[in-house]
Amino acid sequence: MPINYYIFLSVALFSIGIIGVLTRRNAIIIFMCIELMLNAVNLLLVAFSKMHHLKAFATDVATKVGTEAQLFVFFIMVVAAAEVTVGLAIIVMMYRNIHSVDINFLNRLKH
Amino acid sequence: MNKFVFLIPLLPLIGFLINGLGRNFLSRTAVILIGCGALIASFVLSLLLFKEVSAPGFTTQIINLFDFINAGGLDIKFAFQVDQLSVLFLLIITGIGSLIHIYSSAYMHEETIPHYARYFAYLNLFVFSMLLLVLGANFVVMFIGWEGVGLCSYLLIGYWFKNKDYNNAAKKAFVMNRIGDLGFLLAIFWMLSQYGTISYAELFPKVGTASPYVITCITMLLFVGAMGKSAQIPLYTWLPDAMAGPTPVSALIHAATMVTAGIYMIARSNAMFTLAPHTQNVIAIIGIATALLSATIALKQNDIKKVLAYSTVSQLGLMFMALGVGAYTAGVFHVMTHAFFKALLFLCAGSVIHAMHHEQDIRKMGGLRIKLPLTHITFLIGCIAISGIPPFAGFFSKDEILTAALEKSPVYYVLGVLVSLMTAFYMFRLYFLTFAGSFRGTHEQEHHVHESPAAMTWPLVILAVCSIIGGWVGIPSVFVADAHLLGKFLAPVVASQEMEKPAVHLSHEMELGLMAMVLGLIILVVFIASKMFRKSEITENTETGLSGFLANKWYVDELYDVIIVKPLNALSSFFSRIIDNRIIDGFVNGVGKAVQFSGRQLRLLQSGQVGSYILIMVISIILFFIFQLYWKF
Amino acid sequence: MFAAFDNFPALLIWLPLLGGILSFTIGKEGKARMISLISSFLSLGVVVASYFLSNSNYLELNAVSYVWMPQIGAGFGFVLDGLTRLLCLLTAIAFPIVFLVTAKDQYKRSHAFFGLMLLTQTGLMGVFMATDALVFYFFWELALIPVYFLSSIWGGEKRIRATFKFFIYTFVGSLLLLIGILYVYMNTSDQSFSIVSFYNNTKLTSGEQHWLFLLFFVAFAIKMPVFPFHTWQPEAYEQAPTPVTMILSGVMVKMGLFGLIRWLLPIFPLAMKDYQQGLIIMITVGMIYASLVAIYQDNIKRLIAYSSIAHIGLMAVGILALKNVSMQGAVLQMFNHGINIIALWIAAELVERQTGITKISALGGIAQRAPKLAMFLVLSAMANIALPLTNGFVGEFMIFNGLYQYSPWITAVAGISIILSAVYTLNMIKNVFYGETVAATASFTDISRLHVWVFIGITIIIFVLGVYPTPVLNVIHQTADIILNRFN
Repeated sequence: MPINYYIFLSVALFSIGIIGVLTRRNAIIIFMCIELMLNAVNLLLVAFSKMHHLKAFATDVATKVGTEAQLFVFFIMVVAAAEVTVGLAIIVMMYRNIHSVDINFLNRLKH
Repeated sequence: MNKFVFLIPLLPLIGFLINGLGRNFLSRTAVILIGCGALIASFVLSLLLFKEVSAPGFTTQIINLFDFINAGGLDIKFAFQVDQLSVLFLLIITGIGSLIHIYSSAYMHEETIPHYARYFAYLNLFVFSMLLLVLGANFVVMFIGWEGVGLCSYLLIGYWFKNKDYNNAAKKAFVMNRIGDLGFLLAIFWMLSQYGTISYAELFPKVGTASPYVITCITMLLFVGAMGKSAQIPLYTWLPDAMAGPTPVSALIHAATMVTAGIYMIARSNAMFTLAPHTQNVIAIIGIATALLSATIALKQNDIKKVLAYSTVSQLGLMFMALGVGAYTAGVFHVMTHAFFKALLFLCAGSVIHAMHHEQDIRKMGGLRIKLPLTHITFLIGCIAISGIPPFAGFFSKDEILTAALEKSPVYYVLGVLVSLMTAFYMFRLYFLTFAGSFRGTHEQEHHVHESPAAMTWPLVILAVCSIIGGWVGIPSVFVADAHLLGKFLAPVVASQEMEKPAVHLSHEMELGLMAMVLGLIILVVFIASKMFRKSEITENTETGLSGFLANKWYVDELYDVIIVKPLNALSSFFSRIIDNRIIDGFVNGVGKAVQFSGRQLRLLQSGQVGSYILIMVISIILFFIFQLYWKF
Repeated sequence: MFAAFDNFPALLIWLPLLGGILSFTIGKEGKARMISLISSFLSLGVVVASYFLSNSNYLELNAVSYVWMPQIGAGFGFVLDGLTRLLCLLTAIAFPIVFLVTAKDQYKRSHAFFGLMLLTQTGLMGVFMATDALVFYFFWELALIPVYFLSSIWGGEKRIRATFKFFIYTFVGSLLLLIGILYVYMNTSDQSFSIVSFYNNTKLTSGEQHWLFLLFFVAFAIKMPVFPFHTWQPEAYEQAPTPVTMILSGVMVKMGLFGLIRWLLPIFPLAMKDYQQGLIIMITVGMIYASLVAIYQDNIKRLIAYSSIAHIGLMAVGILALKNVSMQGAVLQMFNHGINIIALWIAAELVERQTGITKISALGGIAQRAPKLAMFLVLSAMANIALPLTNGFVGEFMIFNGLYQYSPWITAVAGISIILSAVYTLNMIKNVFYGETVAATASFTDISRLHVWVFIGITIIIFVLGVYPTPVLNVIHQTADIILNRFN
């Protein structure tokens, strides 16, 4: 499969994520959109990694070229997991305090 | 003897330290003993030194004490030079200084002991500085004394520091002196860079190696220094104001010694001034102009000390004229005789003021000859001496100056004679108003008038004797050939000043004739003065026209106020309020304000809406990508 | 162990630092005061001992260096050569004087006050002794920061504004200095902050030298301060507590001058030559300007501040003239000026403490009530206006002499400041000390015995250096020789 497909898919996912983050007010949905963007990046990383590796594999069977990108993916997944724990905790606290997860209530940052 | 030269200035310094530090512990007698004792001891040492110097075969001696500044090619020794000129000044300073110290011990007796001790400490410090000034073997040591006497003058003029006017007078004296000092300092630097040395012994032999332009400039700068110290136009106005100090101080500092420092300096560096004819002309012109100006002012003053002060300025002008026409010996000679009779006059004035309980206005005096017989006689002697009537001291020195002036240019001579006539006039005006006629003060004052104690009158007598015979060391050759002892004494240090072709060549007959003519005129003037002022009543009339102009001292103080003091204050205020506070600080604070302002504006971006932050972030990222794509580094 | 005792630079850093920390932690006023006094006197002892026990070659002997950050070429290097020794002596004299003078004063949280003062001393000593640019910068800031706290906690009414301005002003200078130091560092041949590498920075082009020179110069000029970088000074002096003002004007402003001598001229000789004339003219104009502004001031503290600007300007000119005599004169004068101005501050402080007034026109007649104070003030004022036989004269004479070799005209203009300094100083004496007493001074009492002794000590320094400056000149002449050699 040509790489273009992967790229288009992940760009689409990323854009959905961005638009979601920009337009929605519900903190949980924003959170999910962030995850979506992260996964779009993951997808792209895996795809490029695979392509890169295949190219090198054609000449050298034992090559490890391109596999590093997959490490990044795991890394991102770990960070995303950490983020989920912290982020969800914040959202829960937020809900407990103001009984809402609408981020427009959270305009106290300027004070 | 060489080994003890340092004691001559050191003794007054020790006196200063003991009196100054112990003023709360010492008794009055101890203060007097220390103050006067130090000076008298210096005087005795100076006499011994004089004996040595006047012995035949004496050569200039330099005594190195220690390295003062020795750094970076600069090698200045703290050294003394003993020669005929310095010894002569030593004698004048310590001799008259001792008399004035003794006189002061009685004059200042009303002061409480700490102030009394302070007074003597200042006097001793002054003598110390003056001795440094004349003993120094280079210009820096001279400068040390030079500024030192300025300081002492400041301290003594402002001695009664409760009085604002006195303080202002003291400040004026110091500042004007400093203006002159700057000239002196620049001259020192110039000499250092031109000749690489400022010690007299090394410098004077190679004066001629510099170009005439350089010599003229250096001597002009030196003369600026002398102007300040010796009260010449345009820096003379401090001296009359300096009369705010105690009268003995006026006698010592502002008549007999400090103000002659300028004369000493020029006489000392005569080798240099001789090579600078332009400077000499300037000195002569400024000297005679000062003499004339202050003589005219003295005509209309009513304060006994002010008259004497302007007369001092006038006499100093004459001395400068002498220096300007190259008659260094005559200038120094006049310094000496002037020191005698001016100290005498001032001390007499002090005696009068003392008797009159600090009344200084001669319009309120009169008839004091009966109450103050000794003061009267000695004052009269002083007046005769300063007016130049033979055989009193003033005649010889003044005549020598006039003769030298005539040889240079008749104009100087005529003006000099005019000054002499005015001098005779105002001095006898002063004499008649004070001592002749009948008393014009209050009855209470009249009741209290009394002759001064012995400690005050003895110095008067001694000075009076000196004022009579002091001139006999310089008898001109028209009377007795080869009798100018002072001239012979000073010959080794004063380069021979024979002019190549005098403007007017004087025969002896002509010289005698002129002398007689001047003498006749002076006697005539004295006669007129006696007619005018030998009366009991003084009509109080406001001074108008020319006499008002003279009584107000040509409005020079006011002129200086308008052209210097006021603009300076305005400038200072402008700098402080506008430039410093508004412009420079305004700029600095403006930077701060700009930061605050931009912060306040940027704060509006922080709406607190998370959505808007994210939007800004996304837009920024997109912009960044675009930037990266199209901007090739 | 014994070796540590003749390790003078290290002692001079550690003594005040330990004293400061102790005084901080001990928390009791009496003890903190005692510790600060002892520590400052010990420092003085060390400096005096170093004068007799080691020689004073420029940047040579008695240098110590500890490994600090070898990866980036920075080491803890100190030296106690002639130039440094004189300035350390000044620092070491200034602090005991300040502590003695204020011995009877109460400060809230005084342990912190003394601790910060001693920290400042550490910073000053470090600045003067550092042979490593990074260490120099470190101590440069270390000297600044405690002063900020001292002024903003213990200062006068408008202290926040004044100290903030002071801090921002000097900090901007410091940052410029840091940029400059880093740039030179990157261009040293061996990637080192050591002063020797800085001196041998042959890689820098003339253009680079020029802008680097300006960075360094602005930092130092703000610190001195010279016109037109001076406007922080009058406010800071007015608002800071007087002990701090004494240190600021007596010692800290010398950091700028010291910086010129050690960290500017030898590093950028090419640029120096080009900027010389402009800078000298600028500073000379500034001297006259500051003197004129001083005449207008009606506040003792501001007057002394502007007088200090004028005098510092003269020293700066003496250094920039690149003449041997004037450089030695400037170094000597740095010391003298420190002593003289501290004496003036003491007098101003004693007047203010009794009357609560610093306004000149509201005072008068103190000489009647306090003859001793008046005597000492006149004396230190005379030293400040460089009367012969006081220390000020020797220094200024040498500076003017060197300046004259550079340019007679500029000397003549700069000389006007001598006259003006007499004007404003005598005005101050006249209005504050002479005349009749006024309400505020009617019950003025004379100074205590302790202050008399302090003043006597200062007087001795003033006259000894004024009459016989040779011992000091012997110590510093080599500095001038070596630095000026770089210009030949």
